[in-house]
Formats: sequence, structure tokens, C-alpha cells
Amino acid sequence: MSASGAFAQIFATLIGVALAPLLTGWLNQCRAWLQNRAAPPLMQPYRMLHKLFHKDVVLAHNASPLFRFAPYAVFGCMLLATAIIPSLSTDLPLSPAADALALVGVFGLARVFISLAAMDVGTAFGTLGGRREMLIGFLAEPALLIVIFTMALIAKSTSVTTIVETLAHHELVIYPSIAFAGIAFTMVSFAENARVPVDNPATHLELTMIHEAMILEYSGRHLALIEWAASLKLYAYSCLGIALFFPWGIAERDNLFALLAALPLLVMKLALGGACVALIETINAKMRIFRAPEFLGTAFLLAVLGMLVNLLLEARA
Amino acid sequence: MFDLLAIDGLLIAAGAWLALGLAGLWRPLRTRLVSRVLFPLSAAIGVFVGALGGLALGEAPQTAVLALGLPHLPFHLRLDPLAAIFLSLLGFVSAGISIYAAGYFRHDHGIPLGMGALGLEYHVFLASMLMVLLADDAYAFMIAWETMALSSFLLVTTDHKHAAIRSAGYLYLLVAHIGAIGILLSFGVMTGGAGDYTFAGMRAQHLSPFWASIAFLLALFGFGAKAGMLPVHAWLPEAHPAAPSPVSALMSGVMLKTAIYGLLRVSFDLLGAPLWWWGVVALAVGLLTALFGVLYATVQSDMKRLLAYSSIENIGLIIVAIGLTLIFHAYRMEALAALALTAAFYHCLAHAGFKSLLFLATGSVLHATKERSLGKLGGLIHRMPWVAWLALAGVLAGAGLPPLSGFVSEWLLLQGFLFTPGLPQSWLNMIVPIAAAAVALVAALAGFAMVKFYGIIFLGQMREPALKDAHDAGFPERVGLGWLATLTIALGVLPSAIILRIDAATRQLLGKGLAERVLEQGWWLLAPISPERASFAPLVFLLVVVASVALGGWVVKGLYHGRLRRAPAWDCGYHFQGPRAQDTAEGFSQPIRRIFAPMFRMERHFPSMRDREPYFSVKVEDHFWHWLYLPIARLTARISTLITNLQGGRIAVYLMYSFFTLILLILVARP
Amino acid sequence: MSMLMAYSAQLINLCAAVILLLAFAMLAQRRVIHLIDLFALQGFALFVSTLLVAWKIGQSHLYYSAALTLVLKVWLLPWILHRLVRKLEIKSEVEALINIPTTTLVGIVLVVIAFNVATPISEMSSSVARGMLGIALATVLLAFLMMITRRKAITQVVGFLAMENGLFLAATSATYGMPMVVELGIALDVLIGVIILGVFFFQIRDQFDSLDIHHLEKLKEH
Repeated sequence: MSASGAFAQIFATLIGVALAPLLTGWLNQCRAWLQNRAAPPLMQPYRMLHKLFHKDVVLAHNASPLFRFAPYAVFGCMLLATAIIPSLSTDLPLSPAADALALVGVFGLARVFISLAAMDVGTAFGTLGGRREMLIGFLAEPALLIVIFTMALIAKSTSVTTIVETLAHHELVIYPSIAFAGIAFTMVSFAENARVPVDNPATHLELTMIHEAMILEYSGRHLALIEWAASLKLYAYSCLGIALFFPWGIAERDNLFALLAALPLLVMKLALGGACVALIETINAKMRIFRAPEFLGTAFLLAVLGMLVNLLLEARA
Repeated sequence: MFDLLAIDGLLIAAGAWLALGLAGLWRPLRTRLVSRVLFPLSAAIGVFVGALGGLALGEAPQTAVLALGLPHLPFHLRLDPLAAIFLSLLGFVSAGISIYAAGYFRHDHGIPLGMGALGLEYHVFLASMLMVLLADDAYAFMIAWETMALSSFLLVTTDHKHAAIRSAGYLYLLVAHIGAIGILLSFGVMTGGAGDYTFAGMRAQHLSPFWASIAFLLALFGFGAKAGMLPVHAWLPEAHPAAPSPVSALMSGVMLKTAIYGLLRVSFDLLGAPLWWWGVVALAVGLLTALFGVLYATVQSDMKRLLAYSSIENIGLIIVAIGLTLIFHAYRMEALAALALTAAFYHCLAHAGFKSLLFLATGSVLHATKERSLGKLGGLIHRMPWVAWLALAGVLAGAGLPPLSGFVSEWLLLQGFLFTPGLPQSWLNMIVPIAAAAVALVAALAGFAMVKFYGIIFLGQMREPALKDAHDAGFPERVGLGWLATLTIALGVLPSAIILRIDAATRQLLGKGLAERVLEQGWWLLAPISPERASFAPLVFLLVVVASVALGGWVVKGLYHGRLRRAPAWDCGYHFQGPRAQDTAEGFSQPIRRIFAPMFRMERHFPSMRDREPYFSVKVEDHFWHWLYLPIARLTARISTLITNLQGGRIAVYLMYSFFTLILLILVARP
Repeated sequence: MSMLMAYSAQLINLCAAVILLLAFAMLAQRRVIHLIDLFALQGFALFVSTLLVAWKIGQSHLYYSAALTLVLKVWLLPWILHRLVRKLEIKSEVEALINIPTTTLVGIVLVVIAFNVATPISEMSSSVARGMLGIALATVLLAFLMMITRRKAITQVVGFLAMENGLFLAATSATYGMPMVVELGIALDVLIGVIILGVFFFQIRDQFDSLDIHHLEKLKEH
């Protein structure tokens, strides 16, 4: 582990933790502009977090220690995910600790913790949210795994940094399988991050909420951590998508200047991605809950199709 | 002194177990003796067995001949690395279960025939499993196998006053014997007509591909029947819940693995060079089993049935790994075969650990609440914190989440799947990645089932007022649960060390192992092929998560505050907050029932306006029961009825049977 | 220009993949109008791919084939089908014999079969687009599946036309297009076929008051 590697790792992680609420703020701004409303300020999520940290935690009488522990666990998982994904640089000493398959496992761990916490207080909304979240999860996780499989078949590795390095240095080849995998990944990230058309992040109606239902009982610093973890998850998914499908500009080993230059590039890519997400959210309506498995099944299918196309068209060429 | 080998130590352990069982019969109904003394002793012997197994992994195979059995057919025994893995599994897992049983069986539970009989059956069960793993000829194997089946049958029907339990035991015995016929026939085919029933003799035989395939398919059927493979799985969801919880844990955790051991022994050791399509058959059957098991696990309303179906799913995954190994081995891609076989071994170890843990946890819940149905549980984490927190480890492992044991074996299996495009056959190239997709789906659904299991039993509000009086597990039970939880965590965070030990068995079966690659990277990083290719360091993973949790807590409390107050639940301002508002077990799995409706055979009753007391009920049954088992049962009944016509009752007819036989014999044996 | 030449093989691959994707999308589609639009889109992708193949190997008669594809499959046939849908006042839902997720799963199996059958053949071919034969065969099979598992007569016509798309793709990839005479003949056949089918639809609707083909099953001896 070199000094530049350690620096890159800590720098990337801190930037991730710091910038994630900004990404959420930017997304809310774009959505407001597209919907012809006055937008909240860009720093609003930070103010929200500050306010929540100040408040007391109000806990239900029958909340167990698991309920109190879950926000920290979820935040820890998302922190690890941010640490492994090469957002600014591929020189990450922590990356051998978890490859892409373990990354899917990290997201799964966070999902299970939050579902269990949702079931803990024993209200109708909590179990509803837990059940719906596991429903979304059980289809999104295999789809994500197959997308990673496709990329791993192309790059001959499951380590995220190796995939990114291989694809960045690869000559510009139009792989249809990557296009399919990209579409599938986008669909999965919409489902996992609770965005329209799968879930409305701003709703509190029983018929329509998934993510919000799970965190209904949280308050104070717990809620702040969960909101932060949610924006960190969106940041992680966006960085993963950028790293897998648009990897140009990510710094390599021992290159401090490239690392610093990668930051504005990343901000620009994230801004563009955020605007696209806002656009897609505005155009689409939220779908019925039982259309969501079909949506994710389509994503799964696309991913499998991408893998098959890769095996047929590209492995031989 | 005597030159004691490990195999002698194991035989002494088996004898000690038998002795403990018989000792329990002395002054039968003496619950105290059995539980306070005998079970802890058997746990100690279990640790001893496990340690010997671990030791034997590093040594050369040892053989022994026991003078038991028939005059010219003594028992041949052999301790090689393959047996050693399963012996250490048996030893360490049964140790945890025996310690737990010491506390569980402390009170008599009104067991008919008393604790002495239970103790005897339990120890005979353990000893016979040991002998199955050591057997080196078909005769000893079958005797030990049958003893295992019989003793477990007696254990399953411990509470034989209930008709449901009796019929579950009967079904179990029936399927076990059908499987035993398959195994026996397979052994017969493998002797190749030479009459030498020792395994060494079978190894020396070179069968034609046709007969080898017949032997393999018979063995797959026979061992699969004991392991709970589709379609001969129907006994598992009946028998495992019917047995007392430590017995369920032993059956699910250890006995199913002896069947896997048998399958591995036959396919790799006795049959020599496998054919690639055996692997495809195993892969397909394993995949179907896994999908079936996990789907049914998610819709169960009885906690032990849920775990039983989950066992079917995990056995399916193990068979998938074995199938993959066979495919790679048939194409001589030994490094990849080693990867897949290591995944199979690891999953055996992991499943034994966490499934036993979960079954024992349900035992504690059952003991405390007398309820098995998920609809009557809930909120037990407040009354039974030890059980709940230790069961959480089992649940996370069962869902296949890092950094616990279930994830490591899944990781290894998926890595193995990623290499399949290198196979020469293009059909396999394409079908196998789809199989990988199915494995991913199984893993995700397993997460659903585990969240349902844990959330409905331990979290939420108590669905019955009587649950307030539930007591936590006693000291021996905590030790047992803690032991198994430690095993689960250890298997999760130290995979390289464990793989280095079990590699001896991989080398024995395939000729090549993962040890060199794993050794290069050090004990904390798992990179079975190369670090650039794939790597996973669970210890670092765990440390980072724990560190960030600690850091997060410290920073937040430092910068802000840690104040907290209690209030009623918010629940969006809704007025009714009773336990009936939560999801029931059926409610939680409703999305799965809806999406996968054709897979289940459902009987639903919907409330209508004309009902005096409207209610909704749903009963989910197994299609295979109606497609396969009932028709076969009816056919058998019909054939039997036809045959009973022979017994007409008239003496003249009986005399005529003898007369015709005599004439036939005279004609046939004409000089 | 030369950069385009270098990438043309991959662009052709991309077009073929898009055609396969659209075949799947048609299989999973619920509304008739979207189905026809997807068919038009598939025709466009076919046009682009034929154009690229023509440009890459420099055979001029393929340009005419591409133009024909554009006129017929992207403009004329979808227009005729849209008119039919409006005139017959067909309800927007497509009714399927087996539900859509199962159909898609069967579709994946068919794709695997098609790919596997095509691999040895494509290894012998030295043409520009090797994997195209597999994709073309898969498109044909998927269109066939759509014809089998749908109840409305209009979806069967779209399936038939999509099958022809697949055949055309196979022809372009394996043999650099069929002789012009065959091409024109097939185009004419398809056009006449659609017109006749259109006439039949009116007849069926008059007879049975619905375009559900299971009514046709009543036409039997006893």
C-alpha cells in the first residue's frame, strides 16, 4: 500500500461522503426546474441533515437494539461501498477487500438490515415497507449480478478496479452487450435507489411508498444517518455506472495530478447523470407495485441477453 | 504404548458414543443423568472427533479392518481427506448440538419411553453417521446407513402420540429405503460383477461408460433421496419439523451432508473418470431443487418447515456445485474443478453451521412459547435476546451476506460459473451462465425467506399475549448456540485458512487443489485464481464496516448529542396500533405467491358477503405430492389389491399353487 | 470516413443486437399500437444495417434492397396496419395465451438454441457479420413464438412480418443479399399477403363479431 494509494482512498471516500447530499440536492433542483416549480436551494440536504442531527431521537416503546443499530450499520455498508468503487482513482488499497460480487453483497446487507429494522416496531407500514423492499431487492440483486457478470466476462475479472482499468484502456469498441448491460444497470439503479418509476422518494401515501415506509419510525440522528446513507447509495450507484460505462478520466496509480483533475470531471459527469435521472423521473409516472417485478424482470432479461450476445458476438471476434 | 492412529481414535469415539447411549438406559427415565452428564460428554467426544478429522486432513489415508460383520466379510474402514472433512463437520457441529441438547432435554417434555431411550437413539445416530463416513466397503456402508436411517426414524417419531408425526416418520422411512435401494444397486453395478464389495475393489474396476452412467444415476437418485433432492424431497418438510429441535438440527445440518459425502465418494472416487453430461444432469437437478426449495421456503407459515425447505435449497446449491465440478473435471480443467469443488465443500460446512444454529434457535422459541406457527410469534427479541442475537448470525449467513459463511461459498460458486465460457462445448457455454443467473435468483430469494423468518419471529409486536412470559435460553443452550454462531463467523472471516485445510480433499479427488494460489496471498485475502482476477478479504471487510460504525457513532455523539426518549410508535398517526396490524406470515409472502403462482398448489378461501364470520385462508401445497407421490401410492395400492386376489381363502387354490410350482420345477430341471 | 469503415463491423453488430432487442420487446408488448411502432423501428434498424453492409462490401444492389426495406417496412406496412387498427376499432390490449413473463423465458431458451445452432455455421462463413446468423435465426424464432402465443389476428400478421425481417437479416449477413429478382418477388408477396389479410380481417369480424382467432376454431367438421 503506497502513500499515494492511501491518500487516494481516503480522499475519494471523504469526497463521496461530502458530495452525496449535494447530488441529491442537484437532483431535486433539476426535478423542480423540469416541473416548473421553484427549486429548493442546492445546499438544502445539508441543512436537513444538520437539523436532524440536532434533534432528539424519539424511539417507539417496543423498538429493540437492532432498530437503534441499523442506521449505523447501513451507513457503514454504504461507506464501504463508496470506498471500493473507483470514483476518482483506481488506486484503492481497499479494493482487494471486496470485488464486484461482494459489492452486490454489501448492498444486500444494507437492504436486509433496513428491512429488519422496518419490521422491528411492528406497525403495518413497517412490515409493508420491509416486504416491498425485499420484493424489489430479490429481483434487482440478480439483475445487478448478471450485469456485473457481463462486464466481468469482457474484462476477465470481477475486481471493480480491474474492470475499470481494462475498459478505460480498451480501444473504442462498440459492444452491444455493454449497451444492454448499461440499460439494465440503469433500470436496476432506479429500482434500488427508490426513484420514479419504481418508487416515489417524496411520497407518504400507503399505496405508493416503499423506501419511505421502512424509515417511518426513525427520527433525529438515526434518520439523518439513513438519509445520508440513501444519498450515499445513489452516489455509489452513479459512480459505479460512470466507472463501468464511462471510465475515461479516472486516475491511475501514483498520479496525484490526475487524481485532482479527475474531481471536476467526476462532478461534471455526476451533474449530467443527475439531470438525466431527473428527466426520466419527470417523464415517467410511478408504476403499480406489481408492475415493478415486471420492470425488474425486463432488466434481468436485458442483462441475460447482453451476456448471451457477448458470448455469441464478441467472444469469437 | 499402542501406536494409535487417528482412525483408531475415531473408532474409540464411536464406541464411546455407543457407551454413552447405553449408559442412559441404566435406570431409564433418569432425565438428569442423561441431560447433565451424558450430553455434555458426547459434546466433548464431538469436539474430539472434529479435531481428529481436522488432523487427518493433513495426513495420508489410513485403513483399518474391524472384525465385526459376517465371517468372510469384515468391516473395512478408511480415513482419507474426503472423509476427514465430513468427520470434522460431524464432530464440531454435533458438539454444539449436544451441548444445546443438554439444556433442552433438561425437562422431560413428557417424552414417552423416557429420556434414556432418546439418549440411546441419539448416540446410535451419531455413531452410525461416523461409521458411514469411515466405511470402506459396501457392506459396512449399508449397515451404517441403515442404522442411521432407523435411529433417525425413531428420533423423528419421539413424540409418537400425534398422528401427524407418525405419518411424517413413516414417509421418511419409506423414502429413506427407496434411496437405500438405489445406493445398493449402484454399489452392485460398481463391483462390475467381480463380487468384491470393498471400495478399493470398486476403484480398480473400469466400467464401460454405459454402466458407469447407470451407477452414477442410481447413486444420484439414492443419495439424493437422503439429501432431499427433487423429486424425492417430500419427506424433508414433514420429518424435520416433526422431530425435536436438536434432532432436526442434527438431521438438517449433518445427516444431509453424509448423503453429499456419499455422492462425492461415488462420483469422484469410485467411478474414476466422469462424463460431462453427468455434470449437466446434476446441475439441472440441483438448480431445480434450489429454486423449488427457496420458493416454498418463502411461503411457509411454520418456522421449522421454512427452515426445512431452506435446507432443500441449500442442498440444491451444493449439488449445483458438484455438477459444475463434474463438468470441469470431465474436460480436464482441473484448476476450475478445484474451485467448484471447494465451493461445494465450503457450502457443506457453512450450511451445517448456520442451519443447525437456526434450528436450535427455533427449538428455544418452541420451548419458551410452545408455538411453532409464525402467526403466533413476534417480538421475541425483547424476551429472548441471547437467542435472537445469535440467530441473527444464522439468518445473515443463510441469506448469503458478507462477511459470513454463506457468502463465501456463494462467492466461490459464482466465480466458478464465470469461467464456464472457456468450456469447449458451445451449448454449455451458454446454458451455464443462465444457470448462474438462476443461482443469483435463488440467493436473493433466500434473503427474502430469512428476513421473513427473523422478522416475524423476533421483531415486531407480540402476536399473542402469552408471549410475554417467554423465557430466554438457559446456559447450556446459550453455549451451544454461541458455539455454532462462532463457527459461522469463523467460516466467514477466515476462508483462506479453512480452504488451505480442506484442500487435501480437493487434491485427493481431483488431483489438483487451490492451495498454492491461496498460500501466495496470505491468510486474510481470498484470491483463488489471482488477485487481479477476483479477491475478497472478509476480515478487512468486517473491520471497515465495524470501524465506520464505531467512527460514525463516536463522531455523531461528539459533534452533536446522544439524547433519546421513548414514545408510542408514530405509524403515520394511525389510531390502531395493535399486533394484528402487522403482517402475518402469509401476508409477508403474498408478493411471492402472486408472482410465482403457477409453482404452488394453493387452496384459498376468500371471505364473501354472505359469510357469518368472514375469514381468509390460504394453504400452499406441493405440486409434486399430487403429481408424483399420490399417483405412485395409488398405483401401488392398486397392484397390491390385485395381488391380494392370490389369497382367495380356499385351500384347494393354495394347494394348486404348490402343485403348479412342482410341475414347473420338474419340467425345468429335467435331466 | 475511414473511421466509419473501421467501426462499420461493430455498428452492424449493434444494429443486429437492436433488432434482437426489438424482437423481444415485441414479444413482451401489451399494446397493439406500440407493437406496430416497434415493428417500424425494427424495419429502420434493418435498413441501417443493410446500408452499412452495402457500403462496406460495395455491392450496389444492396442499396436498392435497403431503399425497398425503408419504403415498405418503415413507412407503407406500418401505415396499412395502423389504418386497419383504426378501421376495425381493435381494442388496445394484446391478449396472450400464456402470460408475458413465461413467454419471455421461453424466448430466452429459443435465443440460446438459435445461437448454438448458428455457431458452427457462422464459423465457416467469412462474411462481415458472423454472429448475425444466430441473431437472425433468433429473431425468426421469436416472431414465430409471438404468432403462436397471441390471440389477436393483427398480432399474428405483425409476427409474420417480423419473421420476414429476420429472414432478410439472415440473407444480408450470410450471402450479401439475395438476387434482386428474389428480393422483389418476396417484397411483392409480403405486400399482397398483408392486403389479403386485411380483407380477411373484415370478413372475420363480420362473421364472428370479433377478431379473436379462437372463434375460427369453430370451423371444423363436427
